[in-house]
Parts: sequence; structure tokens; C-alpha cells
Amino acid sequence: MALSTTAAPPTIIRGDADARHGRRSGVFLSLPFLVFYALFLLGPLAYGAVMSLFNTSIVRPGLGSARGLGNYAEVLRSGDFWSSMWHTVQFTLYTTPPLVVIALLLAMLTERVRRGKWFYRFVFFAPYVIPSASVVLIFTLVFAAQVGPATTWLTAIGIDAPNWLGSPGWAMISVALLTLWWTLGFNYVLYLAALQDIPRDIYDAAAVDGARGLATIRHIIVPLLGRTTLLVIALQVVASLKVFDQIYLLLYGGPNFATRPALEYIFDSGFTDYRAGYADAASLVYLVVILAVSSLWLVAGRIAGRKG
Amino acid sequence: MASIESRPGTGRAFTTLCTVVLVLFALIWLIPLLWSVDLSLRPDGEITSHPGTWWTSHPTLDAYRSVFDSTDMLTWYMNSFLTAALSALFAVVCCSMAGFALARTRFAGRRVVLGLLTIGLLVPPQALMVPMFQEFASVGLTNTYWALILPSVAVPVAVFVFMSFFGGIPAELGDAARVDGAGWFRVYSRIYMPLSRPAVSAVAIFTFVWTWNSFLWPLLVLSSTRTMTIPVGLASLTSTYGARYAEMMASAVLGALPLFAVFVLFQRRIVEGMASTGLKG
Repeated sequence: MALSTTAAPPTIIRGDADARHGRRSGVFLSLPFLVFYALFLLGPLAYGAVMSLFNTSIVRPGLGSARGLGNYAEVLRSGDFWSSMWHTVQFTLYTTPPLVVIALLLAMLTERVRRGKWFYRFVFFAPYVIPSASVVLIFTLVFAAQVGPATTWLTAIGIDAPNWLGSPGWAMISVALLTLWWTLGFNYVLYLAALQDIPRDIYDAAAVDGARGLATIRHIIVPLLGRTTLLVIALQVVASLKVFDQIYLLLYGGPNFATRPALEYIFDSGFTDYRAGYADAASLVYLVVILAVSSLWLVAGRIAGRKG
Repeated sequence: MASIESRPGTGRAFTTLCTVVLVLFALIWLIPLLWSVDLSLRPDGEITSHPGTWWTSHPTLDAYRSVFDSTDMLTWYMNSFLTAALSALFAVVCCSMAGFALARTRFAGRRVVLGLLTIGLLVPPQALMVPMFQEFASVGLTNTYWALILPSVAVPVAVFVFMSFFGGIPAELGDAARVDGAGWFRVYSRIYMPLSRPAVSAVAIFTFVWTWNSFLWPLLVLSSTRTMTIPVGLASLTSTYGARYAEMMASAVLGALPLFAVFVLFQRRIVEGMASTGLKG
């Protein structure tokens, strides 16, 4: 915080002059960010929107022939696109409830134990920093038929293990289980922090009024965690709608495209079929869905915030 | 640590039940980790011949040795580290400057920038993969570090993190320096940045982890093994293992190790930074 005042004469610039100076400096300070932002987010967004109206190919230079809204009509009529959108939604429906409920449960239990809090925090959060490729390598074997615990242990206790990765019905459940193990730590830590913010006196007051274990949870913890829950669900839904890595790596969208998510459909259209224009139309339809879901949550959050 | 018995009105049996459930979950979470380390230490062939055994009787580092011998693992570590570190550095500089401008100066177009940031917050960069790829391909930047670094510099959520942190620093500090003749950049770099270590480390750590772990974009722009990062490199190996399970797990462990070490070192800072900023990849 050492600030030398000797270099510049101590002119007092205030009022209008200072404000005008602030205006210019504000632009200069934001400039580096804005340049990157324009080049690598807004630019591609606009370019993609233009390309979606053309027959652009990824292997030929230029935009190609104009197609008007033809790409959009094709996307909206494509059964493959909608089934990939459904897989993304299905993944979101499979992962969000357990990732919220189990995270909350484990955070509440961790708050209650007397020692070793750091240990639980470490165990539940550690998988979150592992790269997707490592997680998938590990779970390929966990789910493997001959050697994996997910199969051998079930067989050992007399349950017929499902064909985890091979059957279309179970593949998405396997991915959801992997994702639960991998990303639970994030929500868990958010809940842990929120629980630590609940003042001790509230528990004591409740105890004086005769509230016991489950009653404390129902009438104190759950209502006080409302805002956190809203945040956790919002972040979780948006993260789940962006699923790609683990499905692509574990199943390559299979078996027989039964798990291919929307992002992989865009990926395949653009980089396997080389149809950049068509892939961009699909991206924009997908973006509109994501934006609709996000704004729904923003509105819900506003309303809940006003009530609280 | 708060002891549960000190709270009146909570049954001992209930507490025991809580602990049992928690320990059970912790075991489920630990098993895949311990199991993969165990497999990676086994000699070739033992896994398929004795799949049910826990802990090998002949631990060996052969699998690790053969992963290092047959792949470019060290190059991948280097690529991952350099791109992640440079991304973190550039992101901290650019996003903190913009955050400062938004929090402390009233420049023309401030509202427009805020609006654009909110759009960026909602648009997942993955959805822009096709136009982004064409942009980088057209200037010949695929298979370079720049292809990974440049797109991860402008992070809207990081600007908001800095903006709210700077907003919490008393404006009088800056005003006093202004009266003494300091320029806005000087106020930013000499007063606000030194006071913002928590925000700086949160943004740096998270940009680092995101860039290190990102998969889809690197998969598209890195096709040569010399430029691959850890996640893409590991993914390129999956089809080559066949039934060599020990090697498969050794590479998984090697891929997880560096960030695991970072996490062990900075556990508290990472967890607190996350809790206070709600950053999610």
C-alpha cells in the first residue's frame, strides 16, 4: 500500500474533471478483457448465428451457399437431434435430485460428527479435482463385467448384476452414478459453508423449546438453507445440461446412440459430418433451451428472494 | 469442533446413526480411489487371474514404468501445466482490471458491459465449439498453446467475483490516493490488488483447475501427441490398453495426481473460495 506522492505534483482533481478522467480510465481498464471477450465469446456467437443460415462445411473455406432457415427446419425435424436433447434432459433428471439431496444429507451429517470433519470434507471433495479422463478410466473397470466391484460384489451377495455399460437402459444410470461420485463434492461444500453460517443460538433456542434431532432438521435447517438450495439446484441444472465429457469417454454416446447428449450431437454434426452450418443451427436451438432454463431459475430466485 | 452431546435434546442413538451413515458413504467414495491405486500396483496378469483379491501380494511399479516408456506423459504434464498457469495469470490480470473498472469508475458503456457479461454467464462456451474451431483453424493456431490459453482468459464469472470483492473495499482508500494525484491504474494496482488476495487466489486456482481439466475444446484443437494435455492424452490411450488393467489404472492415477497434490496443499483455500464465490466449472 506504499503510495509515492512525490512523482506527481499533488494537484487536486475532483468533481467533473475527475469523473471524466474516470470515464476514460474505466474504458482503458476494461479494454483487455473486452478484446478477449469479443474475440472468443461474442464473435464466435455472432459468427455461428450467421453460419447457421448457410450450407457451411468445416472442410471448405467460406460460408457456402445460403440456406435461409433451412438448417433450423432440418434441426427441428431431426429425430436424432431431439433424442440427443432428451438424453441431456434425462441425464439432468437422473443427476440433479441425488446430487442435491445426498450433498445436503452428507453436509448435515458432517456438521454433527465430533471429529474428523476435515477427513470427510477431503473424501467427498477430492474426486471433483480429478480430470474426466481419469474418472472414466477408473469407472470403466468399476463397471467391468469380470473384475469390477459394481458387478463382482453384487454377484457375491447373490444379486444378478446388470450389464452396466452394455445395455441401453442401464448405460445412462451408470453415467449418472459416475457423475454422482465425481461431482457431489461441489454441492456438499456449498451446503457445508451454509450450515456453518447458521448461528449456534438458533439450535440452542430450539433445544430449549424441546426440538429434537429430526425436528431441528425439519424446522430450522431446511428453511434456513432455502437460498443455498436454490443456488445449488440452479448451478447443478446448468452444469448437467452441459454434459459431454463422461458420456463421450465412457460410452461414446452408445450403446447404439442411447446416451448421446446434445453437445455430442453438435460435435458429430460439425466434426464427423463436416456440416458446420447445420451444427450451428443445432447449437443455437440448444442455447435457447439453456437460456430458457437459466432465466426461469433467475426469475424463481428473484421471487423467492423477495418473499424471504 | 462442536460436540453433539453439548447440544441438549439430541439422542445418543441418533448421533451414532448419523456417524454410521456418514462412514458408510465415505467408504463408498474411497473405494474407487483405493481400488484404482491397488490395481495400478499389481503385476501384469494378476488382475484377470485373481479378480476378487484385495491388495496385491507382489506390489510393483512396472505399470507406471511402462506408461512413462510408451507415452508422452511428461510432455502432457508440461503442456497442461504451462497452459493452465498462463491462463490463470492472464485471467487474473484481465478480469481484475475489468472488475475494478466496473466497481469503481463510471465509464460510458458500463451498463452495456454488464449486460454482455450476464449473457456470457449464461452461454456455455461448449455450445460455440464449431465457430471457435473455425476461428482458430483459419489463423493456423490449432495444435498450439494459444488455442487453449486465449479462450480461457475472459471469464465473466471472474469479473463478477472481482467486482463484488472490490466493491467491499472502502471507496475512501481510492479517493484519498486520487486526491494525492494517483492515476486510476495506480489505485487499482497499488491499493486494490494487494488487498484482494482471497479473490485473486480463488480466480487463479479455479481458472487453473478448469483449464487443466477441460476436455472438449482441447480434444478438438489438439491432434498431435506433442501438444496434448493430460485429459486428451489419457483419452487417446483408452483404446490401446485392451486388458492391461494395471497400466490403465496407472495412467488414471498419474492423470489425477498433480491436481490432487494441489488440492491437498490448498484444501482450505479452495473450499473457502468456492463457498464464498459459488464458482463452478
